[in-house]
Amino acid sequence: MADLLIEFFSEEIPARMQKKASDDLQAMITKALKEAGLTFEAAAAYATPRRLALSVTGIPASTPDISEERRGPSTSAPEKALEGFMRGAGVTRDQLEEREEKKGTFFYAKIEKPGRAATAVISEVLEATVRNFPWPKSQRWGRGSLRWVRPLHSILCIFGGETVAATVDGFTAGNTTRGHRFMGADEFAVSDFADYKTKLAEHKVMLNTADRMALIEAECKSLSAAKGVEWIEDRGLLAEVAGLVEWPVPLMGGFDDAFMAVPEEVLILTMKKDQKYFVTRDPKTGKLAPYFITVSNIEASDGGAIVAAGNERVLTARLADAKFFWEQDLKGKLEDNLPKLADIVFHKELGMVSDRVERMKKLSRHLAQFIPGCDADEAERAAELAKADLVSNMVNEFASLQGSMGRYYAKAQGESDAVADAIRDHYAPAGPSDACPSAPVSVAVALAEKLDTLVGFFGIDQKPTGSKDPFALRRAGLGIIRLIVENKIRMNIGDVFEMALGTYGWDDHKVVLDLCEFVGTRLIHSLRDQGIEYYVLYAALNAGEETDLGQLIYSARDLYLLTEKIHALSSFLETDDGANLLAGYKRAANILKIEEKKDGPHGGAVDAGLLALAEEKTLAAALATAKADATAALEAEEFEKAMAALSILRAPIDAFFEKVIVNADEADVRKNRLALLSEIRAAVNTVADFGLIEG
Amino acid sequence: MAQNSSKTGGMPFQNIILTLQDYWAKQGCAILQPYDMEMGAGTFHTATTLKALGPENWKAAFVQPCRRPSDGRYGENPMRLQHYYQFQVILKPSPANMQELYLGSLEAIGLDKNLHDFRFVEDDWESPTLGAWGLGWEVWCDGMEVSQYTYFQQMGGFDCKPVSGELTYGLERLAMFVQGVDNVYDLDYNGDGIKYGDIFQENERQQSAYNFEHSSADKLFDDFKKAQEECAMLLEAGLPLPAYEQCIKSSHAFNMLDARGVISVTERQAYIGRVRDLAKGCCEKWIENNAERWKRDFDGWEA
Repeated sequence: MADLLIEFFSEEIPARMQKKASDDLQAMITKALKEAGLTFEAAAAYATPRRLALSVTGIPASTPDISEERRGPSTSAPEKALEGFMRGAGVTRDQLEEREEKKGTFFYAKIEKPGRAATAVISEVLEATVRNFPWPKSQRWGRGSLRWVRPLHSILCIFGGETVAATVDGFTAGNTTRGHRFMGADEFAVSDFADYKTKLAEHKVMLNTADRMALIEAECKSLSAAKGVEWIEDRGLLAEVAGLVEWPVPLMGGFDDAFMAVPEEVLILTMKKDQKYFVTRDPKTGKLAPYFITVSNIEASDGGAIVAAGNERVLTARLADAKFFWEQDLKGKLEDNLPKLADIVFHKELGMVSDRVERMKKLSRHLAQFIPGCDADEAERAAELAKADLVSNMVNEFASLQGSMGRYYAKAQGESDAVADAIRDHYAPAGPSDACPSAPVSVAVALAEKLDTLVGFFGIDQKPTGSKDPFALRRAGLGIIRLIVENKIRMNIGDVFEMALGTYGWDDHKVVLDLCEFVGTRLIHSLRDQGIEYYVLYAALNAGEETDLGQLIYSARDLYLLTEKIHALSSFLETDDGANLLAGYKRAANILKIEEKKDGPHGGAVDAGLLALAEEKTLAAALATAKADATAALEAEEFEKAMAALSILRAPIDAFFEKVIVNADEADVRKNRLALLSEIRAAVNTVADFGLIEG
Repeated sequence: MAQNSSKTGGMPFQNIILTLQDYWAKQGCAILQPYDMEMGAGTFHTATTLKALGPENWKAAFVQPCRRPSDGRYGENPMRLQHYYQFQVILKPSPANMQELYLGSLEAIGLDKNLHDFRFVEDDWESPTLGAWGLGWEVWCDGMEVSQYTYFQQMGGFDCKPVSGELTYGLERLAMFVQGVDNVYDLDYNGDGIKYGDIFQENERQQSAYNFEHSSADKLFDDFKKAQEECAMLLEAGLPLPAYEQCIKSSHAFNMLDARGVISVTERQAYIGRVRDLAKGCCEKWIENNAERWKRDFDGWEA
């Protein structure tokens, strides 16, 4: 058993690609070793900006010997067949054996394949890995034709302490590597992984990303504590920054208090996104503090004073720009921007952003009536101003601040908090895990924004197909569902789609049905994420034979009630009562199905006079009660109560099937009992079509 | 917060240029003079675009004035200019020690690698108007982007074989960093009292006014059209070098029209596409004219 160490040393690998690259390296090499018949004990891969490394322990010195016997042609077969067989098996005539069998005499070849040296396998695997590595983007360099993420400088490959003889496109594997670009010595040899890791550390390279992250985190905390501020943790940035340095040296810098007049979002974005700095806050006020932490890649000879000062100057210039934009924007009013929206194209077939704003105004006002506590004037005003920050200097520079800046500018011109917040919130929810607005005015404008998008693109037949959804319509669809359901909004979805189409000047029932179907499909996806199967939705819709989802949703009208019912039904089915009732229902339905095949539909009223056994009588009485209670509960939109009403049927149905023979000898008794079964089906179906529940 | 306003005495602007020229001359580069036409970036210089094609070795370094009409700020913004200078280096094929050579050039202009934090941060380059792309980085010094570093993969839609390495230094920005100056117009130009603003600030004011207010859209549309026609005619005549100049002219006319705000978002792509088609045509003709020699001198070469 011996250990393998591989390193690909290159120019700087983009931070965002390092994690996946080290995973891929490990997967590719271990898989290839296994396929070649080499076992191993453990494997671990590493990435820094300049290297990808892999350590695999406990590999045998060679692959196992293989001995195989192959049956060839009959001795009476033509010479050609025999030649082909020998060629295929790689043997000569004198190595063949003849054996008599029932069907004649046949040639046999015994093939002995000695195991291959692990080094030979590794050499091949190494070459295949370099040539086929799945970089998201790769390049050529110099006069070579090899591709790597950036120019490759050396390959290290050591097995059991010895350099493995391997050559790829002019690169000969060796046992040397380099340390830190500025602080490490030029080139040094290593013998195994432990030696490699130790020597790298001596040459100022922390091999393990997790170690670099931990060091950065600890330093950030202590630097912050020394200034009496708190480090604002950011795992994504931490991982990215750890991918930009081989030897992390966090340094603290500050910026002028005067910049604190600029909204925090802007300051944070400038520091994090553009400069990759960590930000800090004042623990007493919870507000942003005027200190940042940059992670440098060098232990500078002056302790980092010049590096920190340089970073402060760069940041100051950027913040000065941001402050300038902020002040410029505040010189005018947000509403002064409105005419400029007529110059921005929303979509070439759907008009300008100003047209979109007009539609959103109408929609928001219309939707306000369905949202408790929503003032229609405020909703319309918020919609009017919602897009006005798109032409502000700040959003022009920092697109991701759309909405947030609008809120600041709206407040500055004296709009109400509800209007200002709605401007900020109207893009939400941006995904399944994003917070959903709940303030009434915000809900109205957020709904209007998504309805306008969805309806517009459906109107010009730009529906998402397969993996293509360039206008993020699936996200808009889910947003509409979440806004309605989470805020318990009661409205007729078909009517709302019609109204929204009307704002474009369109009237097309087919598009309304398409939209309903799309929302239904999004709802099914969203339910599946909550562990609820699609058939529960169809059951709750009492779908029966109808399979057109668009038509079903259109008829259901109220998405909030529908999801309430789905959840009540799903919970009920998870209870004992629910599961047993479902079993009883299915049994009744099956018997009916079989008997109805014989003699047509059974149904009609149950004749009380013909009920002989106690169990029959009890069931009939329970059915009447359950049906009445369930119907009343449904009318009151109390779905849990409706489920509870059904649950009283469980015991009588179980008892009935235990004691009563449906197919009685007397024709009228049989007919009456089948009518009773039909009643079970009817009673349960008043609540939901249990026949559609699978499993 | 650390004080840095006292940090002065960095290398004057012209000395940075002289030092870089000297440094790259020692590496075997031909030191060229700027191309005498308006262009948006040093990459447009034929020493970069056309020389990146074909199999022959090539090393050059030069200053190229760049025109970005939309970036004009009437001489009032401390960092943005509609006319500025790039120092451009092209090394073909890209040598294995190119990063070290580049870092050496920074040391030559006074940036000590033991005192500064140099970083290569992913930034891939693409020029839609040239039909070109490459992979590389923006190079950071203490958080400031001081250069763009690219390995050309394609030019004019053709694979670069061998690959050229391109370095672009934004000279004003680099000088501001070296001198510790916050306003470009305060840069020490010659180490003897002349400031960058003395030479260029009035030009920024007047050119911004021209670009944004006084340029004639009709004339520019006409320039664009005529340059495009001339380029197509010259390509027909098998003259890629003058054709390419007309292509650059049309590109500048487009940038001027863009600054004037007379090209809509949808039209924009169409204009860029027309410039790109011509640029590709020039590259294609350049390859065609040279193919025989390249094939003869470089066994097995093909476009």
